[in-house]
Amino acid sequence: MKSYDLIIVGAGIIGTACADYASQQGLRVAIVEPGPIGGGATAAAMGHLVAMDDDPAELALANYSLGLWEDFTQVAQIEYNRCGTLWVASSDAEYAHIPEKIARLAAVGVQAELIDGEQLYRLEPALQRGLAGGMHVAREAVVYPPGMARHLLDRARARGALLYSQRVTAITQQGVQLDDQTSLAGSVLVATGCALPELLPQLPMRARKGHLVITDRYPGLIHHQLLELGYADSAHGDADSSVAFNVQPRPTGQILIGSSREYGSETSQVSMPMIQRMLERTFRYLPALRQLDALRIWTGFRPVSADGLPYLGRVPEHTNVWVAAGHEGLGITTSLGSARLVIDQWLGRAAAIDARPYDPARAVACV
Amino acid sequence: MAKRYDIVIVGAGPAGLAAAEAALAQGARVAWLDAQSAAGGQVWRKDIRYGWPRQAARVITEVVNHPHATWMPQTQVIAAEQNALLLQNEREGWRITYGSLILATGARELLLPFPGWTLPGITGAGGLQALVKQGWPLDGRRVVIAGSGPLLLAAAVTAKRHGAHVLGIYEQASDAAVHGFARKLWRWPGKALQAAVLRSQLAGIPYHCGSIVTRALGEHALERIEIDGPHGTQRIECDQLAIGYGLVPNVELAQMLGCAMKQEGAHPCVDVDTSQRTSVTNIYAAGELCGIGGRDCAWLEGRIAGLVAAGADIDASLLRQQRHARTFAAALREHFKLDPYIHDLAQPDTLICRCEDVPLQALKDYDDARSAKLATRCGMGACQGRICGTALAELGLFPRSGQRPPLFPARLASLGELASSSETEGSFS
Ligand SMILES: Cc1cc2nc3c(=O)[nH]c(=O)nc-3n(C[C@H](O)[C@H](O)[C@H](O)COP(=O)(O)OP(=O)(O)OC[C@H]3O[C@@H](n4cnc5c(N)ncnc54)[C@H](O)[C@@H]3O)c2cc1C
Ligand SMILES: Cc1cc2nc3c(=O)[nH]c(=O)nc-3n(C[C@H](O)[C@H](O)[C@H](O)COP(=O)(O)OP(=O)(O)OC[C@H]3O[C@@H](n4cnc5c(N)ncnc54)[C@H](O)[C@@H]3O)c2cc1C
Repeated sequence: MKSYDLIIVGAGIIGTACADYASQQGLRVAIVEPGPIGGGATAAAMGHLVAMDDDPAELALANYSLGLWEDFTQVAQIEYNRCGTLWVASSDAEYAHIPEKIARLAAVGVQAELIDGEQLYRLEPALQRGLAGGMHVAREAVVYPPGMARHLLDRARARGALLYSQRVTAITQQGVQLDDQTSLAGSVLVATGCALPELLPQLPMRARKGHLVITDRYPGLIHHQLLELGYADSAHGDADSSVAFNVQPRPTGQILIGSSREYGSETSQVSMPMIQRMLERTFRYLPALRQLDALRIWTGFRPVSADGLPYLGRVPEHTNVWVAAGHEGLGITTSLGSARLVIDQWLGRAAAIDARPYDPARAVACV
Repeated sequence: MAKRYDIVIVGAGPAGLAAAEAALAQGARVAWLDAQSAAGGQVWRKDIRYGWPRQAARVITEVVNHPHATWMPQTQVIAAEQNALLLQNEREGWRITYGSLILATGARELLLPFPGWTLPGITGAGGLQALVKQGWPLDGRRVVIAGSGPLLLAAAVTAKRHGAHVLGIYEQASDAAVHGFARKLWRWPGKALQAAVLRSQLAGIPYHCGSIVTRALGEHALERIEIDGPHGTQRIECDQLAIGYGLVPNVELAQMLGCAMKQEGAHPCVDVDTSQRTSVTNIYAAGELCGIGGRDCAWLEGRIAGLVAAGADIDASLLRQQRHARTFAAALREHFKLDPYIHDLAQPDTLICRCEDVPLQALKDYDDARSAKLATRCGMGACQGRICGTALAELGLFPRSGQRPPLFPARLASLGELASSSETEGSFS
C-alpha cells in the first residue's frame, strides 16, 4: 500500500491550498480528486477577496488570508486584479452605520474609507442617482478561483505531491480507499466541501445554491467590485432564499453579476425566477446594465457548516482524520489561512490566529 | 399571464413551415418564430435580389397571412421554463406558453480549423450563401468553394448568380465516393432532378474531388489557399473562400428542454419516434435537428409533427415517404464521410476558439471539455462553444460540455423583467 504523510481528499481551492502549504512544509502529500481541478464550488465562485466585519472569527481568518494572498498577485493564470471593493449605501441609515464598520475593520488592520455621495459617483458614474454614499476598501481584489486552484496544485506537484484522479469511497483505519479499490495509507484531510457528509456524516453541512450571470465584454463600464451594504443580511441571514446587489468587473471587460442564496434546491438547474429577482435588484443600483448582453448563467453550491464558520482541525474521535470544509461564500478569500491553520495544527505548531472557533468538535458536540 | 398558443413552432425552415401549414389546416392557433427576418430557413432563405424560391414563396405567404397564425420574425428563444419559452426580439423580452411545442431548429455548418481559417475573406459555404442573399457584394470577386457535401453546389450557384467568379468547387470526398453517390440518386428522383439543375447552372465551374484545403494565407485578409488533391499540392489566388464540412444539428434548445438525444457520429441529435415525438410530453422535433436529412425529409417530418400536434391522423404513405427520405440522408453520410486527414490540419498555433483566441496547443493537457474550458476559456465566449465545441467533438478531442441559458446572448433586461413589466394578458386557445 502506498503511504503518505497526508492524503488530501478534494482538489477545490481548500484542498489545493492545503496541498501547497503541506508540501512546502516538507510533507509527503497525496491529493485525490475525480473531477476537474477546482471544478466544484471553486469554479462557480465570483472570486472576490473580501473582509466581512460581521463575525470576529470570520474577519480574523479573512484578514490573515488576505495577507497571504499578496504572494499571488503576479501569477497570470490567477488574474489577480486589485479593483477594490465599493460598498454602496442605499439609505441614510445604512450610511450612518459605515463608521462602525470602518472601526471594526481598522481594528484588525484593514483600511476602509467613508465615501460621500459625490465621491461615489466619481468612482462609479454608472451607479443610480440618489445613493447616500458608501465605503471604499481599496486594497481588496478579485481573482479567477479555478486558476488559483490549478496553480496551487501545480506547485504542490512540483514538490512531489501526487494527484490521484479517483474518488475516495471510504475512510479506513489506515487511510482511504479509492473507487478503483486501491488503498492509500496516511493521515487523511477531508476537503470535499458540500460533499463532506458522504465521508464524515457527523459534521453537518448544507448546500446553499447561488446563481451568477456573466455578460459580454463592456470594458470600463464599472471599476470596482460593487456590493450593497445590505449584502451581509443576505449572506448571513438564514432565509430560504435571498438576493443582493453584487457586481464585479472581470479583467476581460465582462461583468459578473451575483448574487443569490437559496437552501433546498438540490439540482444545478438555473431558476429563471431567481435570475429575475437578482437582476431586478441589480438594475436598481446599475440601470445601465439593462441593455447589456448576458452570455451565460450558472449555479454553484456554497458549503455551509452548522454555524457558518468552516471546520478546520482534527475530527473528534479520530486520531488521524482532519477536516477543512464549510467556507460558505468566503472560501476563496479564506482558503490560504485555512490551509495554514489546519496544517500547522497537524504539525503540532501553534496557529497564527486563534484556532478554537473553527474546531470541528463544536459541531459534533451539538448533534 | 403570458400569452398562450395551441402550438408553438420554433424555426421557419421547411420543417417549421410544413408543421405550421399542416397544423393551421387542422384549425389550430399557431405561433411560429424565427431568429431571421424572413421565413424560409437555410435552404429557402429569401434573396434580396431574387426573393424566395417559387415553391417556397406560396406556402410562406399563405402561412404568414393565415388568420390563425402569429408570425414572429427576428425572435429568439433565449431560455425555457416549464411549458414556457422566454423570447427576445430587437426591442423587448417576453414569455409565451404552449399546448404543444414543435422544434424545427435545423442545423448549422460544421466549421473545422486549419491554418489560416480565421482570416477575413473566409466563411462557411452556407455562410457565404446567406451573406450574398442578404446583399453582400460578390461582383467580380474570385471565390473558391470547398469542404464537403451537396451544399457546396448550392453555394456555388448562388455565388455565381450574384456575379462572383467561382474558380472551382473542391470536394474532400473521393471521386469514387461521389460517383457512387451519383449512381444511387435515381432512387430519389427529386434529388436527381435537383442535382441535374444545379449541375446545369454550374456549367463552366470545375468540380474537383478528393481535394482538401490545407492552408489559407494572406497578410490582413485572404490572398491564396493551398489545396491537397489527387495531383499533389496546388496554390490558388483568391479573394474569398467558402468552406463547410457539412451540417450539425442545432439541439441546444431541445437539450435545455430535457429532450433525450441520440448520437449521430460525433454530434448529438434529438431522438424522436415515428410521430416526431420527443421524450418530453407535448414536445415534437422535425427536420435537421433529428439528424441531417435534407430539405425533403425536413418538410415531411414537419408535416407529420404539425398533424400529430394538432390531433390529426397521419396516413401510412406520409410515413413511408419520410423513411425513404431518411435513407437518402444515410447515403449522403456514407458517401461524404470526412477524410480523417482533415482532423489533423490544425497546427499547434491554429486558433480553435475564435471568441476567446485559444490555440490548439493550449488544449493538449486536458482530457475533458470542462477542464479545458476552466483553464483556457475555450468555449466561454459569445458562441458558448457552438463552433469550437462542435469542432473539438468532430476532431475527436472531447465532446461538447453542457449548455446553460441563455441560448443566445440575451439582453439582461429581457432576462430580468419577464416576471413583471413585459407580461401580456391573454387567453387564447
Ligand atoms: C455562486 C458562488 C459565489 C461565490 N463567490 C465567492 C467569492 O466571491 N469570494 C469567496 O471568497 N468565496 C466565494 N464563494 C465560496 C467559495 O466558492 C467556496 O467557499 C469554496 O470554493 C469552497 O472550496 P472547497 O475546496 O471547500 O470546495 P469545492 O471547490 O467544492 O471542492 C471540493 C472538491 O472535492 C471533491 N470531492 C468531493 N467528494 C470527493 C470524494 N469522495 N473524493 C475525492 N474528491 C471529492 C469535489 O470534486 C470538489 O472538487 C462563492 C460560492 C458560490 C457558490
Ligand atoms: C470568475 C469566473 C468567470 C467566468 N467567466 C465565464 C465566461 O466568461 N463565460 C462562460 O461561459 N463561463 C464563465 N465562467 C463559468 C465557468 O466556465 C463554468 O461555467 C462554471 O464553472 C460553472 O458553470 P456551469 O455550472 O455552467 O458548468 P459547466 O462548467 O458547464 O459544467 C457543469 C456541468 O453541469 C451540466 N449542466 C449544464 N446545464 C445544466 C442544467 N441545466 N442542469 C444541470 N446540469 C447542467 C453540464 O453538462 C456540465 O457538465 C466563469 C467562472 C468564473 C469562476
